[in-house]
Amino acid sequence: MNVYILVKQVPATDKVKIDETTGTMKREEMEAVINPLDLYAIEGALQIKELYNRDVKITAISMGPSKAEEVLREAIAMGCDSGILLSDRAFAGADTWATSYTIATLIKKLNDFSLIITGERATDGETGQVGPSLAGQLDLPVVTYVSKIVDINEEYIIVEREVEYGVEVVKVKLPAVASVIKAIGEPRLPTLRGKIKARDTKIEVYNLERLALKREDVGLLGSPTRVVKIFYPKISRNGEKIKVNNPEEAADYIIGFLQERGIV
Amino acid sequence: MSKEVFILGEVREGRIHSVTYELLSWGRYLSDKLKVTLSALLLSHNLKGIDEAIYYGADRVYYFDHSLLKVFNVEVYGDVLIPFIKETKPEIILAGATTIGRTIMPYIAGKIKTGLTADCTSLDIEENSGLLLQTRPAIGGNVLATIKTPLYKPQMATVRPRGRRPLERDIKKDGSIEIIKPDININPKMELLDFKPRLEGVSLEDAEIVISGGKGLKDPKNFSLLFEISKLLESSGVGASRTVVDMGWVEYSHQVGLSGKTVNPKVYIAVGISGAVQHLAGMMDSESIIAINKDPEAPIFQVADLGIIGDALEILPVLKRRLEERKR
Repeated sequence: MNVYILVKQVPATDKVKIDETTGTMKREEMEAVINPLDLYAIEGALQIKELYNRDVKITAISMGPSKAEEVLREAIAMGCDSGILLSDRAFAGADTWATSYTIATLIKKLNDFSLIITGERATDGETGQVGPSLAGQLDLPVVTYVSKIVDINEEYIIVEREVEYGVEVVKVKLPAVASVIKAIGEPRLPTLRGKIKARDTKIEVYNLERLALKREDVGLLGSPTRVVKIFYPKISRNGEKIKVNNPEEAADYIIGFLQERGIV
Repeated sequence: MSKEVFILGEVREGRIHSVTYELLSWGRYLSDKLKVTLSALLLSHNLKGIDEAIYYGADRVYYFDHSLLKVFNVEVYGDVLIPFIKETKPEIILAGATTIGRTIMPYIAGKIKTGLTADCTSLDIEENSGLLLQTRPAIGGNVLATIKTPLYKPQMATVRPRGRRPLERDIKKDGSIEIIKPDININPKMELLDFKPRLEGVSLEDAEIVISGGKGLKDPKNFSLLFEISKLLESSGVGASRTVVDMGWVEYSHQVGLSGKTVNPKVYIAVGISGAVQHLAGMMDSESIIAINKDPEAPIFQVADLGIIGDALEILPVLKRRLEERKR
């Protein structure tokens, strides 16, 4: 069984630094990491490998500059079998449609597969749209917000998915696309064997030509959306900051605040 | 046929969900600017109270009635909506940034090739071009981006729930209801085997008050005070910082922040949370924020409307007692 997982390299967002005077992000000071939510996609794929109990080959796929190879090696160190990087200057500036289109083109070229697994979203763009968009373009069913893998065989997968009003148990015919959330389980750490394998594995690279794509269908040119402007929200609310003398006083302030808003 | 703005209404467990009315409020604003018809799409089976969509702003309701539409299924929704969109050619389609909207909208946009902007917090119409301007936070709320879809139609967006008040309910408002009985020819590859409804309370995204705790609460037992306080406040839910979720104090479904949920309740109460960017990203857009922290320099105070410098472990029991007294 072939399983593909999608991973993305993102800025280490926890450490975003803002220039106080200009209000802009200090990008040069930011390091790049594997999208933290993609670790759960890898974990989900590894759980499937254990559950299926037969040969499962996991291939990690990423799109980005050649530096993004790092996240594929990280995925291999965690237990994935191989990595493919979609990389070409022409892919730059892709929105979620153009990204999905490029990945869909690759997947059509590859071997038969049973499942494509993604994280819930990337922590930089934060759209969560690539999984369902890819499913639409490949005409596959998509199951989102997967919190537990219950069962899998060659025909179908049974999963639990978390929605606002409860938990659904869903049976999906394969091949399919699944996006998993953090509740899937703690991602396992890279092993020494995995790290050695990651070092020695050759990452396959696909560019525009190898995918036989047209420049106007990918990257910024192939993207239906355009960024009009980027601006920086004012995060300061200039609220009151009160040092309370005792907990009763704190409760007075809090209840007063709730009363003003008609809540209590 | 006149031009239209569509909102994709949301039906949960057989009832029109409130996010539908928020979408109608956005849709009314946009369709008035464009001088076009505002239509609500509702997909369900034996749905009651369809008029409500008109009372809350729709000029027209397209109600798709079929037993297979009783629960959300992305392929079935796609099979019904895609031909309908191709035929009616709406200018704009809005849906909630909910588990349903975030699944069906990219699926449709992927199939028909058009632009889709996720999780918008503000919408407007560009002067002269009449294009939809979609503003959304990105990179952990550090940046706001305004996005448009210049060359493709429909222009699609998911809209963050609780970002806009519904219009005043007007039972005299005119509107028409078109009932459509779609032929559903596909054999869905997905099947709902079981559903476990949430046992109590509202979902975090729907809560009017969210009270969240961080590692300042010291241990899981203190954290459980938040649940006791939440029970005393109507329409409230309990949130948590990533740290305490990672420590196993509370389930992931409570996590607020960049790798958790984004909430914007009427009041967000952050207790013993220092306010890392990771957390702020998930709650910064709340209507109002109360922060309780011992450390006067904690970054959470920068986003708070009311900052209480004090010991949460002393304050929470008193707050709980005072709320109980008010209940009596």
